[in-house]
Amino acid sequence: MVNPATNYGKNGVQDWIVQRLTAVILAIYTLFIIGTLILSGDVTYAGWKALFSLTWVRVFSLMALLSVLAHAWVGLWTVSTDYIKPPMVRFLFQLFCGVLLFVYVVWGVEVLWGL
Amino acid sequence: MKRDNRPVNLDLTQFSFPLPAITSILHRITGVILLFGVGFLLWGLDQSLESQQSFDALISLLDGFLAKLIVWGILAALLYHLVAGFKHLFMDLGIGETLEGGQTGAKVVLVVAVVLILAAGVWVW
Ligand code: HEM
Repeated sequence: MVNPATNYGKNGVQDWIVQRLTAVILAIYTLFIIGTLILSGDVTYAGWKALFSLTWVRVFSLMALLSVLAHAWVGLWTVSTDYIKPPMVRFLFQLFCGVLLFVYVVWGVEVLWGL
Repeated sequence: MKRDNRPVNLDLTQFSFPLPAITSILHRITGVILLFGVGFLLWGLDQSLESQQSFDALISLLDGFLAKLIVWGILAALLYHLVAGFKHLFMDLGIGETLEGGQTGAKVVLVVAVVLILAAGVWVW
C-alpha cells in the first residue's frame, strides 16, 4: 500500500479521473473557441458580445474555468511534489497556485456575467 | 533499512533523453506556462466584453509585435499541451502503449504540434 499522498480527491485514482475528465472538457472548449474565431473571420464587438450573452456559452465558459481549476490543481500538485522538496516552499507554491486559480474563477464569473 | 552502495548518476547533462521523454517534459512545461497564460486570456476576454471602447483598444493592442508574440506563445503552449494531452488520453485507452508505439506517438505529437503552432503563427500575424 502506498501512502495516501493525495491532493484533490480522496486518492490518486480520483485525481487521475478528475484530470482526464477536465482535460476532455478543456479540449472541447479550446476547439470551440478557436473554431469560432477562425470560422467567423473578422470579429465585431456586437457579434462577440452576443455570443457571450448566450447562457450556454457562459455556462460552458464557466465549466471550462472550473475545469482549469481542478485540472491545474492536480497537475501542479504533481509537478511541485516532484521538484520542490522543502515542505514549506512546496506549501507556499501550492498556496500560490490555489489562490491564483481561485481568483481566475471569481474573475471569470465577473467577466462572464458582466458584474 | 540497509543502504546500498550502488553508484548513482544524477548528472542531467549526461543523460540520454529519448524522444518520448522530451515530449513528456514539454507537456509539463507547457502546462505550467498555461497556468499563467489563462490569466492573460481572461484579461483579454474581460477587455473584449467590457465595452466597444475596450474592445477597440484590445484590437489595436493586438496589432503590436509584443502582443502578437505573447498571444502566439500562449497559443503554442496550448496547442502543444492539447496535442500531447490527446496522446495521453489515447494511451490511457490502451492505444499505442508499447515501446514502439510510444516512440511513434512522440513523433506524431511533435510533427502535429509544430504544424499547428506554425499555422497559429501565420494566423496571428
Ligand atoms: C488550459 C489550461 C490547462 C492548464 C493550465 C493545464 C495544466 C496542466 C498541468 C500543470 C499538468 C501537469 C503536468 C504533469 O504532471 O507533468 C497537466 C496535465 C495534463 N493535461 Fe493539462 N492543462 C490545461 C489544458 C489541457 C487540455 C486542453 C488538455 C486536453 C487534452 C489537457 C490534458 C492533460 C493531460 C491528459 C494531463 C495528464 C498528464 C499526466 O498524467 O502526466 N490539459 N495539465
